[in-house]
Amino acid sequence: MRVAAALRDAAITGLVAAGLFLPLVALRTDVSPSGALFIRTRWSDAAILIALAVVGRFALVLWLGRKIPVASTESAWWEEPLRRAGKFFTPVLLLVAVALPWLPGTGRYELDLGILVLTYVMLGWGLNIVVGLAGLLDLGYVAFYAVGAYSYALLAQYFGLSFWLCLPLAGILAAFWGVLLGFPVLRLRGDYLAIVTLAFGEIIRVVLINWASFTGGPNGIGGIPRPSFFGLPFSMGGEAGSFAHTFGLEPSPLHRVVFLYYLILGLALLTNWVSIRLRRQPLGRAWEALREDETACRALGINITTTKLTAFALGAMFAGVAGSFFATRQGFISPESFTFIESAIILAIVVLGGMGSQIGIALAALIMIGGFEVFRGLEEWRMLVFGIAMVVIMVLRPRGLVSSRTPTVALGERRAISGALVGEGRG
Amino acid sequence: MSQAAILSVEAVTMRFGGLTAVNAVSFAAERGAITAIIGPNGAGKTTLFNCITGFYRPSEGAITLHHEGRDTALHRLAGHKIARAGVARTFQNIRLFQGMTALENLLVAQHNRLMAATGFGIGAVLGLSRYPAAERDAIDRARHWLEMTALLDRADDPAGSLPYGAQRRLEIARAMCTEPALLCLDEPAAGLNPRESEALSALLRSIRDGGCSLLLIEHDMSVVMGISDRIVVLDHGAKIADAAPAVIRADARVIAAYLGEGDEE
Ligand SMILES: Nc1ncnc2c1ncn2[C@@H]1O[C@H](COP(=O)(O)OP(=O)(O)O)[C@@H](O)[C@H]1O
Ligand SMILES: [Mg+2]
Repeated sequence: MRVAAALRDAAITGLVAAGLFLPLVALRTDVSPSGALFIRTRWSDAAILIALAVVGRFALVLWLGRKIPVASTESAWWEEPLRRAGKFFTPVLLLVAVALPWLPGTGRYELDLGILVLTYVMLGWGLNIVVGLAGLLDLGYVAFYAVGAYSYALLAQYFGLSFWLCLPLAGILAAFWGVLLGFPVLRLRGDYLAIVTLAFGEIIRVVLINWASFTGGPNGIGGIPRPSFFGLPFSMGGEAGSFAHTFGLEPSPLHRVVFLYYLILGLALLTNWVSIRLRRQPLGRAWEALREDETACRALGINITTTKLTAFALGAMFAGVAGSFFATRQGFISPESFTFIESAIILAIVVLGGMGSQIGIALAALIMIGGFEVFRGLEEWRMLVFGIAMVVIMVLRPRGLVSSRTPTVALGERRAISGALVGEGRG
Repeated sequence: MSQAAILSVEAVTMRFGGLTAVNAVSFAAERGAITAIIGPNGAGKTTLFNCITGFYRPSEGAITLHHEGRDTALHRLAGHKIARAGVARTFQNIRLFQGMTALENLLVAQHNRLMAATGFGIGAVLGLSRYPAAERDAIDRARHWLEMTALLDRADDPAGSLPYGAQRRLEIARAMCTEPALLCLDEPAAGLNPRESEALSALLRSIRDGGCSLLLIEHDMSVVMGISDRIVVLDHGAKIADAAPAVIRADARVIAAYLGEGDEE
């Protein structure tokens, strides 16, 4: 019985695999030494891949039957301990983050990785306001990141404004663009909203590429001023008035990296603090209510447009702040840093973390960005390994690592709400 | 319309393409009374409710709320302003915020009042403003309505996990937390057992005695006949009767259109 089923499944798998691998692997256009295009065939490679798929499926069905791993929105075994340990776990995570520059073995590489992870944590928390709380699917979040980065670069280039002045300005400008985009767009729902925000992300990038006289076009903007320690520059010369001189330290390139690390840690924590606070306020509660049921919100007298706009603008603002941090850290920006894949990564972090969960998103950013670095040794296989890992996680945990929701207010004890009951929002 | 009316509906017509769902219906809902709207399925009751509560804009006619000495033209107001004018509603198919607790549902209903107290978000983030006191008031109000609807012990449970009857009551509590002058209920007894229906009747009576006027769509005749002060009967979008319960019970056209049909079940 089982053998027959396994054979049939293996045959179907073979057909699907053949359909995929024959065009993708077996046939490949290449350039011959004379410069002409020709088709190189790799039948054996394709055959091996197809055989692997067939044998793998056969063995799997034979072993497990046709049971498919069941997707679950129930609280996973790690959620309850995580929550119970939450009082202890979150501060430990925070402590590690704060202490990282001083831990033995932390060098330039670890700090740079830490800065990268924290940038995505901040972006994830920012997008979480829009997607996780308000339930608005935004596929063009990177546009606001770009607005923030270019705001700082251009304000510094044309007006010589300092980083500390530009940081809030970049946030305000991004929020302004968020409102500008949001106003016509937020009456769309679900898929339509996703498509329009996706297009907006592309429009911003295309404008940045083509408005070369203003933005430098594809060449980007270089020589963006690096941040100072509240006015004291991090110069290598150690002259009077520099950071190292003022504090009587040996000048070191690490000073700036450590400073950048703490800067992004502070900005990320600010994002977190604002989100957590707002969630317990009427505004945040209205966002979550919108995600649950827009019609009911209207019947209760909630102005849907302005409530959505505030979520959109606030999310955009944090992306803008993160963008100006990115610009000052890199010293160089170009439209290439703001492609759709960035939006996709940030959204993946929010979804993987569990929409609405702050700690889940921080963990997801750590896993996604950090994990990606850890797999560096696998070279070109890294994308594959990573992709498989993501698929497995999403099959088993479609609502993310932490799928349950904590009530914002309670008469008695706050008990977590199962993800199965919580809405995902339809725009 | 008379001073006694809280709501007057004048020649309201609602068309969907070629279909006339509500056809020139006029009636007045008396202040401090329970006005029931009955009629067979598809008679246009929910559509009429959607016109009153701003979900549809009537093709023709006027709907006026007489509240706090002012007349408000509901048919011209934007959807979310109707609740602010003093009209609350429940839905035929329950629409709670399922993933939020009962208490949270009731706090969302007080959004506008709370929002004003937070200084529109900014003050609240910084911990300034009168917000804590306003939230305490809001929780007290929520606690009051949870008590009225016998849900106090379920306050911290997600709305989606409550049994059906409790969800119906919670939706009423949520509507009441907006402190309406007129509460519109769309089939609140649907799916309730007789004991629950009885409790519902008592709840609706106490809401009326508390000063709120009610507009009630209901199929359960024991509820309708028991608590209504006046009954409006719709059939095929048109009003066919508008009288006290005792008169409706004896009306031949109503029996033909509706009550007789109900007896066959
Ligand atoms: N949005 C709509 N579009 C088209 N037809 C509708 C719409 N809403 C209601 N109708 C039609 O209007 C009629 C009355 O419906 P409804 O008001 O729901 O009846 P009731 O609540 O009395 O059972 C029905 O024939 C229904 O199909
Ligand atoms: Mg109906």
